[in-house]
Amino acid sequence: MPRLVSHPDEVKIVSRRFGMGATSIDRYLELGGYEPVKKCLAQGPEWIIEEIKASGLRGRGGAGFSTGMKWSFVPKQSAKPKYILVNGDESEPGTCKDHLIFLHDPHAVIEGTIIAGLAVGAKMGFIYLRGEYRYLLEIMERAVADAYERGFLGSKIFGSEAEFQIVTQTGAGAYEVGEESALMESLEGKRGIPRIKPPFPAVVGLYGGPTVINNAETIATVPHIIAMGAAAYAALGTPRNGGTRLFCISGHVERPGVYELPLGYNLKKMIYEVAGGIPDGHKLKAVVPGGSSTPVLLPEEIDIGMDFDQVGKAGSMLGSGGVVVIDDHTCMVEFALRIISFYAHESCGWCIPCREGTDWLKKSLTRFHAGFGSLSDIDNIQYLAENMLGRTFCPLGDAAAMPTIAFVKKFRKEFEDHLNGKPCPYAREGVPQLTVV
Amino acid sequence: MPEVTFTVDGKKLRAPAGTLLIDACRKAGIEIPAFCYYPGLSLQAACRMCVVRQEKVPKLQTACTTTVAEGQVFITESPEIAQARKATIQLLLGNHPLDCPVCDAGGECELQDMTFKYGAGESLYAEAKHHRDEQQWSPAVFYDRPRCILCYRCVRMCGEGMDVWALGVSGRGADSLIVPNQPNQLDCEQCGMCIDVCPVGALTSGSYRYKTRPWEMTHVSTVCTHCADGCTVTLGVRQTSDGSEIVRADNRDKNGINGDFLCAKGRFGFDFVESPDRLRQPLVRSNGRLEPASWEHAIRLAASKLKEIRDTRGGAAIGVIGSNRTTNEENYLLQKFARTVLHTNNIDHERSTDYAALARALAGQSGKTASLRDIASACAILLIGGNPTDEHPLLAWLLRTNVRLNRARLYIANAKPIKLTRQAKDALKIKSGDYNDLPASLDAGRSAFAKAIRAEGSLLVIFGEEMRGEAVEKLVAWGVKRGNVRFACLGDHSNSRGAADMGLLPDLLPGYVPVAAPGAFSEYPNLPATPGKSLPQMIEAAGKGELGALLVVGADPVATRKLDPTLFNSTFLVVQDLFLTETAALADVVFPAASLYEKSGTVTNTFGDLQLLRKGADRAGVKPDFEILVRLAGGIIDDIKTLVPFGQRGVTGDLGQSRGAQAGEADRHAIWLEANGLEPKLSPFDPLAILDEIERLVPGYPLDRINLFAGNDVHTKLSSPGYVPVAELAGSGLIAPAHDTLFTSGRLGRWSEALKQLAQHQAKELVETAAD
Amino acid sequence: MSPKSKKEKSKSAPVFSAELAARFDALVEKYPVKRSALIPMLLYAQDEAGYLSDAVVAEVARRIGITELEVRDVASYYSMLRFKPAGRYNIQVCTNISCMLRGAYEVSERFQEELGIGPQGVTPDGLFSLEEVECIGACCWAPAVQVNYDFHDEIRPDHVLGILSGYRGKIRPAEKDPAKEPAKGTPPHA
Repeated sequence: MPRLVSHPDEVKIVSRRFGMGATSIDRYLELGGYEPVKKCLAQGPEWIIEEIKASGLRGRGGAGFSTGMKWSFVPKQSAKPKYILVNGDESEPGTCKDHLIFLHDPHAVIEGTIIAGLAVGAKMGFIYLRGEYRYLLEIMERAVADAYERGFLGSKIFGSEAEFQIVTQTGAGAYEVGEESALMESLEGKRGIPRIKPPFPAVVGLYGGPTVINNAETIATVPHIIAMGAAAYAALGTPRNGGTRLFCISGHVERPGVYELPLGYNLKKMIYEVAGGIPDGHKLKAVVPGGSSTPVLLPEEIDIGMDFDQVGKAGSMLGSGGVVVIDDHTCMVEFALRIISFYAHESCGWCIPCREGTDWLKKSLTRFHAGFGSLSDIDNIQYLAENMLGRTFCPLGDAAAMPTIAFVKKFRKEFEDHLNGKPCPYAREGVPQLTVV
Repeated sequence: MPEVTFTVDGKKLRAPAGTLLIDACRKAGIEIPAFCYYPGLSLQAACRMCVVRQEKVPKLQTACTTTVAEGQVFITESPEIAQARKATIQLLLGNHPLDCPVCDAGGECELQDMTFKYGAGESLYAEAKHHRDEQQWSPAVFYDRPRCILCYRCVRMCGEGMDVWALGVSGRGADSLIVPNQPNQLDCEQCGMCIDVCPVGALTSGSYRYKTRPWEMTHVSTVCTHCADGCTVTLGVRQTSDGSEIVRADNRDKNGINGDFLCAKGRFGFDFVESPDRLRQPLVRSNGRLEPASWEHAIRLAASKLKEIRDTRGGAAIGVIGSNRTTNEENYLLQKFARTVLHTNNIDHERSTDYAALARALAGQSGKTASLRDIASACAILLIGGNPTDEHPLLAWLLRTNVRLNRARLYIANAKPIKLTRQAKDALKIKSGDYNDLPASLDAGRSAFAKAIRAEGSLLVIFGEEMRGEAVEKLVAWGVKRGNVRFACLGDHSNSRGAADMGLLPDLLPGYVPVAAPGAFSEYPNLPATPGKSLPQMIEAAGKGELGALLVVGADPVATRKLDPTLFNSTFLVVQDLFLTETAALADVVFPAASLYEKSGTVTNTFGDLQLLRKGADRAGVKPDFEILVRLAGGIIDDIKTLVPFGQRGVTGDLGQSRGAQAGEADRHAIWLEANGLEPKLSPFDPLAILDEIERLVPGYPLDRINLFAGNDVHTKLSSPGYVPVAELAGSGLIAPAHDTLFTSGRLGRWSEALKQLAQHQAKELVETAAD
Repeated sequence: MSPKSKKEKSKSAPVFSAELAARFDALVEKYPVKRSALIPMLLYAQDEAGYLSDAVVAEVARRIGITELEVRDVASYYSMLRFKPAGRYNIQVCTNISCMLRGAYEVSERFQEELGIGPQGVTPDGLFSLEEVECIGACCWAPAVQVNYDFHDEIRPDHVLGILSGYRGKIRPAEKDPAKEPAKGTPPHA
């Protein structure tokens, strides 16, 4: 069972019910659950959308698009059924927040999904978990069954005239399916290849119907916003960055864990105070602020507030909230290689720049890390990554290219230290060298 | 869609709103490179080669998915764009093997062309390339994964284009590959379209691979000799010591009636031409055995014997059977030869459908026939009988494409379940005997099918050989009454329509003019005025010893009708053919004939579309049927000009373009003579010498020469003004359809090793699939 | 089809157990489109059969109403689906960044030593197989290991023996020779 952590600076909104037995529907009700959805039923769709817009809630999957805006793009009238699709295909390395939501508060996801359905006029929702989360699917399935039993789901929810059905399922191992249009493909029983956009899912989505796709954390936040009021939620964060986020602090810290902190919380403080700093007397070398696809930050770059705008200004991205802390005993070439190996493994292969680019970056970095590189390789790696950037069919190519460019630019010396057949100068004793086949 | 104005590279362009930028640019002559984009297939945006800069848009956009709107501004060539394309090619070349010198696609490779254009000449990578062994999926298709750039054209062509869905994409990322539907085997229609659309040498043709280099071939576009659709097929011809040989057939000339399409027969079934079983010299029976003989001896012998029988027993004792694969000029000449030289109306051919009935039914009407091109754009089509997927692959392709891209409404009435039902808006299963009653049931029926047909505005009706005689007349009467209907009739083989149109019929002259019609073909000397014997009647006469001589051109009645070999014991039998067929084996004189790929002339497809042949290959020893007939006539009559009007005013030289490799000095000479006011003298063996006469005498064949000689198809008219219907010919066995599969071609397919191999491969796949 | 699949079929035993068939029937009902059940069904079928055999592929294709090629195209895309048997307990060591930083490769090495197999290997008795996998969503509890669907968090190399013996203990004495049994995944509700 994943360890729960806490820190006084935390503002527990989404994680409020973590560890409180809220998987039980009775307990969830005791803790105030399913009241927000009743309020929404009474207030109607326009009110819900305005409330979510006013809360400043931005997508927690990584792109940070305004949730209220996204909902408002769904046409009021549609010949085809509309759908809500909850993206629980949590796959960005460094990110494990949805894991805890499904584990501790499945009804919040259900309730948020129903509210989204009420807001846009959808009668069906899908909750898609990544394939590895089978035990979480079982928790979700039980929660959904309980909700049906109580009449919270089905043809007349909460005794109203509204209908809402929920289907839960898992994927079968594919990072790319986290991309929203690839997710729809997967849910339709196909290879997880993204779709051409436009049309956007809000207009033509799942089974051709208008579809809202939200990250699981985003959806789980919705009932809390309804409960506490949009203004109160917005006030928690920084301007244009409403509320809190589940930050997943992992890597070289004393107390790794998922902490719920207001948006704009200082990154340096997060690492040194909330997570307890770097263990073993080591020093900080670098921080990946928002999951593996976000450009790495140097120690001197981390005195920033963790919101979409400030991290963006620092040259990186807030992403999925996965903060990966790297100490000074780590080889950054190896780290870059590990990241690019991941993207090479996960590239769907659809478009040339991503398929061939990730494969070549992986091959080149493998050789380079093994000490068989040349000076021109460093430039070639950068050239390659720069030529993938913005040229691929979906953001996965960018996700591979952006961190690579940052690694080469910010740690060029470490790359140069691998030249001339030298063994990796940063290898720790007793630690097996990463070799990628 | 309203037209919008937008700017590309500083040029103002107009196109309907919503047009894809790549299409709009290509129409305006602005080439945008693309690997994955293929007109008519679904969009992929996968290759990223077509990236362009759109004003006010931060990222480069793919022209294959960008639709044009008013006021947009695009740049399609700039250093930034060139760099993006170069980088993409560099990435591709990282894994793509540089085995261009031995690759089939070398010289015809889109990746090579792009590399040349964008200059990704230097390699940045020191790593080993991914390797996978090449796989043979079928006798026709080989797959080389390392060369594959994953543009998915093949997958889409097979699925969307062919409705076969035999190819898929397996794996992920750099491990992705194209896979066939059986373990390393392809169970499909073997059309080879996947090879055709492959921009590189990843999919190669079993019949062509490693044979030659593209630039060593001459490419001659002519008309396919197999089914009656009349696809343009481009022959890759290479010089040999005794002429030239065909090493490849494909559809690189996309201007044909078939557009992008070519089937297995057109693509792989050309090899009969190169068969070692081809006849290379005349054979004459001596002491009971067929022995090689000189052309002079064989002609003299056949001519004198035919003349003798005509003069002693009369023309009625001679029969002539023509071919449904010879040219219109040859067919016209053959009937004229029969009627004016042999003095007989005993002329027929192996009929595969009842064109005569359609002509009779349409008497007095005009504009009621549909060309093949009409199929591609008709809004509503009723297909009665037939099995286009197997027997008329191009028709099937056009129907599928029209339904897919234009949402045409296809209605199918058939006694058998056919594959095209998948594209049908509605299908009516009828009992095989009920074809006659179909029009009545469409008029009165309460079925959704009948109602839908009645609700259609214009309707294109295509019917198979199931509809004959009276059924055709009823159908046409129904259609004419209904209004807004055009018809097409499905027969077999490349020129069975031409055989019927050119009067290889005992009761009808060319253009379906009855032999007894007053004043018809009055310039023909010695034209007998009573109908002659049909093919079954000639056979019957031979059996009774009443047929003194029989001339068979490109037909094999002994095999198709399973005749007793002793049947012709008392008949002098002359055969012109490519092979020693079962009929030829019984002959007294056999002439080795040229195939359709070895001659010029015209053919008419089953829709009545006239097309020009271009001579591709050349073979020592054989002669076109036209020349054989003229030589035979030369041995019977004195003035050959009464048969072939060569050297007379009005004969048109064409500078030889129409005759491909045999482009003649004579033609150029003729043009020069004509220009200088002198009388041109063409060779009597030139089939085009008779074109003028066909145009002048045959109703429905007013030739649009500019289009015809430009290589376009020209729709002929099926009508017979002032025509007096005669009673339908009695007797069964008059119509004997071939019912070809995808890999058979009447009596010709068995000489194609490639088609036989494909048939065997598919038979094996079928057995294994059935066992599952 | 390959001869192998024919042989499998000729045994005439149903490819799906009654429970799996019932699960399929319930699942397809939930979706607006039957094909949506494809990926979950492949997982459940793999859980039961151990891997996606030709017979399983054919059965799923038949039930969904698509071609075997389509099933293979889809299945080959997802990394959790396999066409070859894995061990009865498939050990998946996450080696992505968060786990790598906290010693995932040491954990993997230890599994390799104890099992005598390399990554992607299967022990001769068919009991265990080992994979180094991409992020499994347990970054804050790194290094993490998944055995079939069970998560094991914060694993140090010295936990390895305990994990292995835990799974060995799950085998009932009656089926001590797992090699004779068809490889199966942990039943989803175990």
